[in-house]
Amino acid sequence: MPQTLFDKIWQRHVVTVTATGTTLLAIDRIFLHERTGAAALKSMAQAGRPVCDPARVFAVMDHIVDTRPGRDDTTLMPGGQAFITETRAAALAAGITLFDVNDPDQGITHVISPELGIVLPGCTLVAPDSHTCTQGALGALAWGIGASEAEHAMTTGTLRLARPATMRVRFTGILPVYVTAKDMALALIARHGAGGGAGHVVEFAGEAVEALDIEGRMTLCNMATEFSAMAAIIAPDEKTFAWLAGRRHAPAHFDAPFWRSQHSDDSAAFDREIEIDAATLAPMVSWGTSPQHSMAIDALIPQGPERAHAYIGLDAGQPLLGTPIDVAFIGSCTNARLTDLRRAAALLQGRHIAPGLSKALVVPGSEATRRAAEAEGLDRIFIDAGFEWRRSGCSLCFYAGGESFPPGSRTISTTNRNFEGRQGPGIRTHIASPETVVASALAGHIADPRALLAKEFPA
Amino acid sequence: MTPFTTLTGIAAPLLMDNIDTDAIIPSREMKSTGRTGLAEGLFAPWRYSEGRNPNPDFVLNQPAFTDARILAGGANFGCGSSREHAVWALAEYGIRAVIAPSFAPIFANNCLRNGLLPVALPLGQVQALAGQVVTIDLEAQCVRHGADILPFTVDAEARTMLLEGLDVIDLTLKDRAAIAVWTDADRAARPWVYLAKAAS
Repeated sequence: MPQTLFDKIWQRHVVTVTATGTTLLAIDRIFLHERTGAAALKSMAQAGRPVCDPARVFAVMDHIVDTRPGRDDTTLMPGGQAFITETRAAALAAGITLFDVNDPDQGITHVISPELGIVLPGCTLVAPDSHTCTQGALGALAWGIGASEAEHAMTTGTLRLARPATMRVRFTGILPVYVTAKDMALALIARHGAGGGAGHVVEFAGEAVEALDIEGRMTLCNMATEFSAMAAIIAPDEKTFAWLAGRRHAPAHFDAPFWRSQHSDDSAAFDREIEIDAATLAPMVSWGTSPQHSMAIDALIPQGPERAHAYIGLDAGQPLLGTPIDVAFIGSCTNARLTDLRRAAALLQGRHIAPGLSKALVVPGSEATRRAAEAEGLDRIFIDAGFEWRRSGCSLCFYAGGESFPPGSRTISTTNRNFEGRQGPGIRTHIASPETVVASALAGHIADPRALLAKEFPA
Repeated sequence: MTPFTTLTGIAAPLLMDNIDTDAIIPSREMKSTGRTGLAEGLFAPWRYSEGRNPNPDFVLNQPAFTDARILAGGANFGCGSSREHAVWALAEYGIRAVIAPSFAPIFANNCLRNGLLPVALPLGQVQALAGQVVTIDLEAQCVRHGADILPFTVDAEARTMLLEGLDVIDLTLKDRAAIAVWTDADRAARPWVYLAKAAS
């Protein structure tokens, strides 16, 4: 019977199925971070349950670490240091691999796991972090869980699961210039809702997905949790194998038949199919307080829930273009990889951000990304343009009590969530691609990156 | 885990769609590295006004609902961050069940692992139950309100675990032998998955 890629990975990992239909599924990789890692490891230690195979468990300090140069265990979040020191102690005691605050491999979980070849095609990977779905871009079944499930996975090497449904989202056609993977994700969620993927594992496919580089694929898969999907997955291809080859934990060669079998069979059936013409997409920006409140940048704000309009301070029927912004942020597991930074820097080169901005910040997705960007001189371009250049971490993606801005401040941000208060009490967040964040930072208001192109190559 | 059998109480209405876990407990309220000390931060942005005084407009600050053990929520309840602290905070406050048209998957799982029952019912029924005294019967898988009996379903295994208050890890550890057999076979088939012991 023809199988989807999900079917193939699932089937390979079934340990047993109970009489009531629950599957005991083997888990190949587990990743923790300091915000939830200490809770899971401490509770296991209290119950006298060891980690069954420490070699498959990794932890990193990313969520609340300081991103300013010269950082140590102290955090801008009051009381945050305990999360770092307790995670460190618990990781050491459990014998798992830890990427500590100033480890050269430190970075955001979903950036460093692919960079180090920890996630691999055909594998299962879980982490107590909703954006774990990012890693499906490499052809793995990767999903976010809670801390209790992380304990279960670390103790037993398995999880108990009901089999999810499958969905294929096909992006046909070729993306226009300055329209990116981020815009594909926001367009999908705007059209089908923040709950549209519930109960499903989503496979992204089609010409526009195949055309994305590996980092763009991670951006697309990253937002599957904003669609309430369990996971997102993209069939690994020659680009994937070339990208992974030579990475620390990856096999040197991807020439065995197994690797090339990791795709959906031609006639495999999905429970649901969605098709979107990528050629018709525009740069997308969120206007409200859910990622489903997203729109083409040059459209008029649609009518949404009153509460969302009141929080964001924008009425239905008005344009989003031209809305003044206070802060620009390039970072997070969505859009802080080397290709994101290169594309942003290419637009910034020789320009300067608008004088009215109170802050513009770039936080690379990993320390390896930071070093690679610095070797190419990207840091100079950002700094010369008026951005701050930081060490790696989750930074302004959420507010834990450290860095923020006065209530009512408006940010344009390459992150994934525009919830009420996500970036601090009263902060109004607009999520967008790095290109749109740069165009807006230069203009001082929400601006269309395609206008920059028109300026450079007038018709 | 505390067993869940039946629960009778008033369902506090919180009917907005897409209530995210940042709203249930913002990151800045996650002050404890463990699972306790979180009830203070539950719904903090809505529950407190300036100076951390109770916001009288918020449902759980209204006398009829302050001791509610059931929430009636909107669609896609619990979306966003996977933080189990959202469920720990709800449970510590005293909430034992959430009735909503749909739940975000990680949140629903976290509920089931902590003795908190997510009850999915059609929107019209959730709206009708909001603010009412209802009985949730997990054994019978129904919500009773007056003469109405509204059926819902919960995953069969999760239902047993909740009814009996069982520890799911203990249950899986009974399959240790099957896991070892699977692992040995897989190690031969996919040796590249198995990394050397972590260097210390």
